Amino acid sequence: MKHLLGVRGLDRTELTGLLDLTDSFRAVNARPIPKVPALQGRTVATLFFEDSTRTRLSFETAAKRLSADTLSFSVGTSSVKKGESLKDTARTIEAMGVDAIVVRHSASGAPWQLARWVDAAVVNGGDGWHEHPTQALLDAFTLRSRFGSLDGLRVAIVGDIAHSRVARSNVWALSTLGAEVTLVAPRTLLPPDTGTWPVRVVNDLDAVLPDVDVVYLLRMQFERQGAALVPSLAEYVARFGLTRRRADVLRPDAVVLHPGPMNQGVEIAPEVADDPRCLVLDQVANGVSVRMAVLFRLLGAGPVSDPGGSGDV
Amino acid sequence: MSEIVLLRGGVVVDALGERRADVVVVDGTIVAVGPDAAAGRSGTVLDCDGAYVMPGFVDLFTGVGEPADPTAETIATATRAAALAGCTAIVVAVDHADPLDGPAKLHHLRALATDAACAVVPAAALTLGAAGERLVPMAELAALGVRIFGDPHGVEDPTVLRRAMAYAADLGVTVALDPVDPLLAAGGHMHEGAWSSLLGIAGIPAEAEELGVGRALALALRTGVRLHLRHLSTAASIGMVTAARRAGLALTADVTAAHAVLVDGDCADFDPAYKVAPPLRPGADRAAIAEAVRAGAVDALASGHVPVPAIAKDVPFAEAAPGGAMLPFSTSLAFDPIGCSPTGAVTVLADGPARIAGIDERHGGPLLEGRAGNIVVFDPNATWTVGGSAHPSLTDSTPLVGRTLRGRARHTLVDGIAVVIDAEAQR
Amino acid sequence: MHAPASPEPVSPTPPSGGVFVPRTRVLDAGDVQRAVWRMAHEISERNRGTADVVLVGLASGGVHLAGRLADALCDIDGTRPPTGTLDVAFHRDDIGLRTVMPHGVTDIPVEVTDRVVVLVDDVLFTGRTVRAALDALNDHGRPRAVQLAVMVDRGHRELPIRPDFVGKNLPTRRDEVVRVDGDGVEVGEVQG
Repeated sequence: MKHLLGVRGLDRTELTGLLDLTDSFRAVNARPIPKVPALQGRTVATLFFEDSTRTRLSFETAAKRLSADTLSFSVGTSSVKKGESLKDTARTIEAMGVDAIVVRHSASGAPWQLARWVDAAVVNGGDGWHEHPTQALLDAFTLRSRFGSLDGLRVAIVGDIAHSRVARSNVWALSTLGAEVTLVAPRTLLPPDTGTWPVRVVNDLDAVLPDVDVVYLLRMQFERQGAALVPSLAEYVARFGLTRRRADVLRPDAVVLHPGPMNQGVEIAPEVADDPRCLVLDQVANGVSVRMAVLFRLLGAGPVSDPGGSGDV
Repeated sequence: MSEIVLLRGGVVVDALGERRADVVVVDGTIVAVGPDAAAGRSGTVLDCDGAYVMPGFVDLFTGVGEPADPTAETIATATRAAALAGCTAIVVAVDHADPLDGPAKLHHLRALATDAACAVVPAAALTLGAAGERLVPMAELAALGVRIFGDPHGVEDPTVLRRAMAYAADLGVTVALDPVDPLLAAGGHMHEGAWSSLLGIAGIPAEAEELGVGRALALALRTGVRLHLRHLSTAASIGMVTAARRAGLALTADVTAAHAVLVDGDCADFDPAYKVAPPLRPGADRAAIAEAVRAGAVDALASGHVPVPAIAKDVPFAEAAPGGAMLPFSTSLAFDPIGCSPTGAVTVLADGPARIAGIDERHGGPLLEGRAGNIVVFDPNATWTVGGSAHPSLTDSTPLVGRTLRGRARHTLVDGIAVVIDAEAQR
Repeated sequence: MHAPASPEPVSPTPPSGGVFVPRTRVLDAGDVQRAVWRMAHEISERNRGTADVVLVGLASGGVHLAGRLADALCDIDGTRPPTGTLDVAFHRDDIGLRTVMPHGVTDIPVEVTDRVVVLVDDVLFTGRTVRAALDALNDHGRPRAVQLAVMVDRGHRELPIRPDFVGKNLPTRRDEVVRVDGDGVEVGEVQG
């Protein structure tokens, strides 16, 4: 595996392998010294065209715990010049000698472009509306840790699916791992054509809540009402918000996930956010382990050369 | 000294049919067409064995870069590419960065075109600055020889469009439109459908073109203007055009080669080379476009050549400029894979566009004694690959990247002068 | 003597793929059992009993052997020393040169500081895995001493590492492969 650009296209074996590797790194992170020398001497660059301190720090922590060096480029610190082409920025970073680039960009497909221009391994940290593979992996890992397996797990993804890279990546990851995925959204917030997707699509949240094992809430952005996609946030909350009343009809062992940060009072009621069934903190904690697994998988695997045979003690 | 060119041993194909014949051109005019017509004569011999001898192709709305942005293309490089495709004339697309909207710009374009490899026919905008508000001096430009008027990307205000059409109808000139509803298309980068949903890219719905076509047809009907619809891309548009023609409307339409050959799924890797306007559509639309070309349901197959500077494609898909180099490749596509018959190819590549451009006295039309020597010798079996030295355009990006093409212009004669010999440009 | 408490695991398939083809069986199950017994006595003698001893098996070839040594020590000294598992994948020096994947999760249930850690593995070869294990062990504390017990020492050391307790010294060619499993020890080669 040279890059991690998206989850769509990874098969069950590859996904399971990454989750198993995440188990090993979770064990490392539980130790008093949560560090291994595995990627010593390697350099991981984060290239963030969209501000996202949390995700960037999560990747940098992951790299450091693998003993890699990190370089950080972000629009926030103006080390990324607006107007400088993505290609020039990528080439400049590569010339500094990096082994992996984690890129987040507001345009779908930017990591694919980057992978064409650089020799380094490319990790997609979120591209436009398209994919956020490490988020889906940490979500799958959180669910696997809680339920043991995702086979047959009933998951409802609720909210602005059309503009959500988290939703898309989760559709592929969860369904490949055996979950039954239902999308819950008004038509205006669904992608134009999901006919070939391995999902059920409904626009009535109350109809699905009593039967699901997982409710995955997406952020609802304020701007959507301005674009005539929903009449108002109030109406959105009334139809699709996870209110206290709705949370009460969930099965007792059902859980709630959210990619963060939460709009309390919109997609989730504040008291529901504090409910122990809401696993948001687990998701965040698992983020570093998942990202360590991804970096190790991409940089730790070399050409299979073999001399010396087995039992190389 | 007479300039004599002997086209020997080929099969002449034009609107009259196919026949084995030589063609003799003296000082820019055809003087003889017939079996062995070249026998016993001396002059420059161009071998046509195994090839079709056809009226030179005419490309509609070729993007030429100059004067707005000569880094992406110049008239010299664009016409060289067109000549290599077998074109003896191009109609220059109105550039949205610097629209031709007055006599001064017309003279400037003509001055830049003096060394062009083929004939350069101007088209003008419909409104000043293509801003969609005030009309260009249509009568003045028509008197200077402009026959086609149209704003790139359409006119938003239907009242303005209607008045422009009415005014143009008086003058007998053609209004050429990009039929698209600009508000529905706004913010989109590829066809809105299954692929855009998967890739997370804002889409341009097919309805945007259907609304544009419907509106244009309704307005044209009442004003009686000669209407040309540019670059149709959906099966529904073809249907509407066919119905309107049956109802008697003075209507012509073109499609570009890319829309008959490529689909929206080709954007799967986010390669901006496949970002074009109008966008590539799904397979059913592509098939309908290809069939319309074969059947003559559209009047012309245009190249869709749009020069794009490299930096405008070295960016993420949503930020990339649409377009790419389609010359000198697009004419080959008419033969393979679109599958036109030789006479069908002559219709959509030469006769149809020549009539639309108003240059059918000297371009297109049957190869007969007395007609101008604008001729292409096209070898339907030559194979070649897109890229490398076959790529004279300054624009590197092309949605045909990596393709092997079957069929290639071997020689091109413009006004009796061989500008392309053995698939190599002479200037 | 204790019978083995859990089913014998088989050594993992060769890390670079291929199929192990055995040529000679150098030790049978009985030989291995006698060697385990002798090594347990040596560990007890060297450390004057097992009061501060922790047996740490290297994943995955050393884990089962560590359990058998612990059982034997229990018979000898009356108490079973604690055992743990160490996966050294993340401390190896060939990460990036070949595919390296963990074989198990590290789990050392007791404090190692001031204790004697006996690292246990099935085969000692170049010594690089043991070096990685010493590095990994550092993350868990500061042992008073680290000793090494292996069933087979096949030579070809690339680092200055030597075993304290050996089941059998077995000279091999570099391209040969040694496998330890429930039926004993075999020497063969990898094909394919």
